Amino acid sequence: MFMRFLLLFSRQGKLRLQKWFTPLTDREKKKVIRDMMMLVLARPARSCNFLQWRDLKIVYKRWYASLYFCAGLEDHDNELLALEVLHRYVELLDKYFGNVCELDIIFNFEKAYFILDEFLMEGEILETSKVAVGVSLEEADTLQETMEEYMSKPAY
Amino acid sequence: MPAPIRLRELIRTIRTARTQAEEREMIQKECAAIRSSFREEDNTYRCRNVAKLLYMHMLGYPAHFGQLECLKLIASQKFTDKRIGYLGAMLLLDERQDVHLLMTNCIKNDLNHSTQYVQGLALCTLGCMGSSEMCRDLAGEVEKLLKTSNSYLRKKAALCAVHVIRKVPELMEMFLPATKNLLSEKNHGVLHTSVVLLTEMCERSPDMLAHFRKLVPQLVRILKNLIMSGYSPEHDVSGISDPFLQVRILRLLRILGKGDDDSSEAMNDILAQVATNTETSKNVGNAILYETVLTIMDIKSESGLRVLAINILGRFLLNNDKNIRYVALTSLLKTVQTDHNAVQRHRSTIVDCLKDLDVSIKRRAMELSFALVNGNNIRGMMKELLYFLDSCDPEFKADCASGVFLAAEKYAPSKRWHIDTIMRVLTTAGSYVRDDSVPNLIQLITNSVEMHAYTVQRLYKALLDDISQQPLVQVASWCIGEYGDLLVSGQCEEEEPIQVTEDEVLDVLEGLLVSNLSTPVTRGYALTAIMKLSTRFTSVNRIKKVVSIYGSSIDVELQQRAVEYNALFKKYDHMRPALLERMPIMEKTASNGPTEIVQTNGETEPSVVEAKHPPPVTQPTNQANDLLDLLGGNDVVPVIQNTVSTKPASAGGELLDLLGDLSLSGGTSPAPAPSVPTSQPSFFLDGLTSQPLFNDIAAAGIPPMTAYNKNGLKIDFTFERANPNPNIAVITIHASNSTEADMTDFVFQAAVPKTFQLQLLSPSSNVVPALNQGTVTQVIRVLNPQKQQLRMRIKLTYTHKGSAVQDLAEVNNFPPQSWQ
Repeated sequence: MFMRFLLLFSRQGKLRLQKWFTPLTDREKKKVIRDMMMLVLARPARSCNFLQWRDLKIVYKRWYASLYFCAGLEDHDNELLALEVLHRYVELLDKYFGNVCELDIIFNFEKAYFILDEFLMEGEILETSKVAVGVSLEEADTLQETMEEYMSKPAY
Repeated sequence: MPAPIRLRELIRTIRTARTQAEEREMIQKECAAIRSSFREEDNTYRCRNVAKLLYMHMLGYPAHFGQLECLKLIASQKFTDKRIGYLGAMLLLDERQDVHLLMTNCIKNDLNHSTQYVQGLALCTLGCMGSSEMCRDLAGEVEKLLKTSNSYLRKKAALCAVHVIRKVPELMEMFLPATKNLLSEKNHGVLHTSVVLLTEMCERSPDMLAHFRKLVPQLVRILKNLIMSGYSPEHDVSGISDPFLQVRILRLLRILGKGDDDSSEAMNDILAQVATNTETSKNVGNAILYETVLTIMDIKSESGLRVLAINILGRFLLNNDKNIRYVALTSLLKTVQTDHNAVQRHRSTIVDCLKDLDVSIKRRAMELSFALVNGNNIRGMMKELLYFLDSCDPEFKADCASGVFLAAEKYAPSKRWHIDTIMRVLTTAGSYVRDDSVPNLIQLITNSVEMHAYTVQRLYKALLDDISQQPLVQVASWCIGEYGDLLVSGQCEEEEPIQVTEDEVLDVLEGLLVSNLSTPVTRGYALTAIMKLSTRFTSVNRIKKVVSIYGSSIDVELQQRAVEYNALFKKYDHMRPALLERMPIMEKTASNGPTEIVQTNGETEPSVVEAKHPPPVTQPTNQANDLLDLLGGNDVVPVIQNTVSTKPASAGGELLDLLGDLSLSGGTSPAPAPSVPTSQPSFFLDGLTSQPLFNDIAAAGIPPMTAYNKNGLKIDFTFERANPNPNIAVITIHASNSTEADMTDFVFQAAVPKTFQLQLLSPSSNVVPALNQGTVTQVIRVLNPQKQQLRMRIKLTYTHKGSAVQDLAEVNNFPPQSWQ
């Protein structure tokens, strides 16, 4: 497996996105989130982006002033590539939202998930082409009914 | 009922809350509204409500009452509903809830939907949280989609298949046919996910691995195309074409090439090409190089390529980017065992990393530095490591100190250097050293007879400076107790002897007893030291006074000691000199690595006690001696002649008959002791991370042997050295019975030539069970003071299938190590 989990949280400790690629109980998830926030937010400014936690390699990246990406990798995974993966996700968000910022992710969290699900799956990269991901998202969005269409179609 | 508020509005409202309580109130209000809306089975706004619920779930509030609603959304025909429904399923449901199984049918239908995006949603959800039951039910559908020509679906199906295999490994076989032409795809998404699928299959099954080895040429070709092809805007990352795919292919090549000469050879060229041509100015290029290096090191690459790989890592070490330095150190750590010399070349860079500001890098650099220490560089390395120990964070100190001790023990160029190094550690990081370093150091000091005066002097001076570091104080008090006479007489040769009177020494020791900084253990050491000085110093009265005062100490341990020492002064004064005399040289009980190796590096030291080299031994078997209790609580046991008890009564006169033919003069003198094994760089790193460093290693010195094997009865001998006395061999017999009937009333007797003494302990039982279902064990101790060749006559009696059986045999094939 490449990634075990991917988290997005703010400097104030507010979770913005959580994707789990292994089954964990709610309790375990909360523990991981707490630990990650504690470890990552405590790191001094110019440290390297990797640290060791239990048996996992943690890769984190600070994005703009206030948002942190945090991914947990297995021991044999390539940390440098993980940084590229995080970078690619930011690019995808940026392309979709146009100059993305934290508020975009807060108010459109479901879209952030949709974008992630076109890029990663089962902890692995699903699509390596930025263009292809953008196209799928656009096409899927057009399938979403507008409110009027929605209201006018008969309900089951 | 008014329309429920929209998602974004809710988010806005919640964000205006100024306190946690306010937020909670808003959430509760909204949850109530959502719940009543669900109860009314409102289809129109279900999607909106679930979306709001998911937002509140992310804030940490419970949302389980929305689980069934997600299922209803998934079953809806509207794409918007399905999208939110599946997202909700992935966030709120997992395989632990039975509810999730209700999704199976919906997913099955959606996998066959006419719109690929619906199919995509289903595949994604199945691949995210599908349980083993779901996977079993739906694997066939996934397999079908894996064969489709629609690349959007194919790539999702591939990763979904990976999930299925991870959940239900037995289903792996069914995906095999579909993999046939996965690699001939042009679409990068499909290629990437296919490589992931193939990797997963190869990692799980050696058969699959063997089967897929034939793909190596194809993979090499794809990789080559990626590198050689021109700019492709769709896949370009900083001038490199699809680095994600490149790395994945390299990883699969690693798995396929491992342990296989042909495959490794087929990929040699491409690896060299990637290693030399990849642009290293950006992180992405380095990510590829990193993966390449890992692959080169894992497969059977030719040595030129390996050197290239290590040099790449060496260059990484000089990179400005911290991440790359960290990654380099981690990789070098993995390769240092196999390519030690190549890594040595980068030693100075690695040592420089000890001074890095980054904590992660410092730790890796420390571990790697210890792995690189050897007999040639020990002095230089130790200087750097001690400097590091001085200045590093407390979290490192314990590991670093242990590492220093271990390295010093293995490679110390001279005794004095060794003692100086240990003293340096104790004075700078004394409170962080592990508990067993005190007895180890004491044992080391005892063995360096010619350094006693120097050692005690230095320790005394250290005590004058600082008595807060307990390990140092304990070692110092022990030494002063032992060698106080040398201290006072000013005999030191190594450095300028200091002038010290008996009273001054006693002042220091008494100071330890009363100081608040001393732990009870330290006090015990100090009291014992004072007591020992009663035979070495002349001012006995003062010592008597101190000892009697502590006879009423609150500390029970101290009180007991003081009372016993008092008794020593009064009733047992005749025994006192003998009891308190200088400790003899101690044997090390257990250590990590050959302790007797001292590689001299220029300086020649008279190696005093290194004459006897017993193989690494197990724990001492001796009984607790009252004398030892009196003299202090060290773990190390001095060499004392164990009196072997006389032969048990049962082996009475009969054995003398057995002895009949055994000639007593014995053969030629035993061959010279086996040559001392040279030290190898042992697996340091195993100890450094989380386990204690001073692990015991099993006694593997003497090979076992079969002494008797007849009529289904087999008797094996296994050997141990009895510490403290190397003249005693401890033999354990293992009797096993391969016939179908038990051997009852089993009695084993043994006799040895007159120059030996034998002690037979009681057997574990006297029934040897049939068909090798168990063994009878019995311990024999043989004392062999003249180191003669060991021979033994054994007599076996047992009842088998109703009849009594008796047999005699001679055992001559003892391995030389058992009696030398």
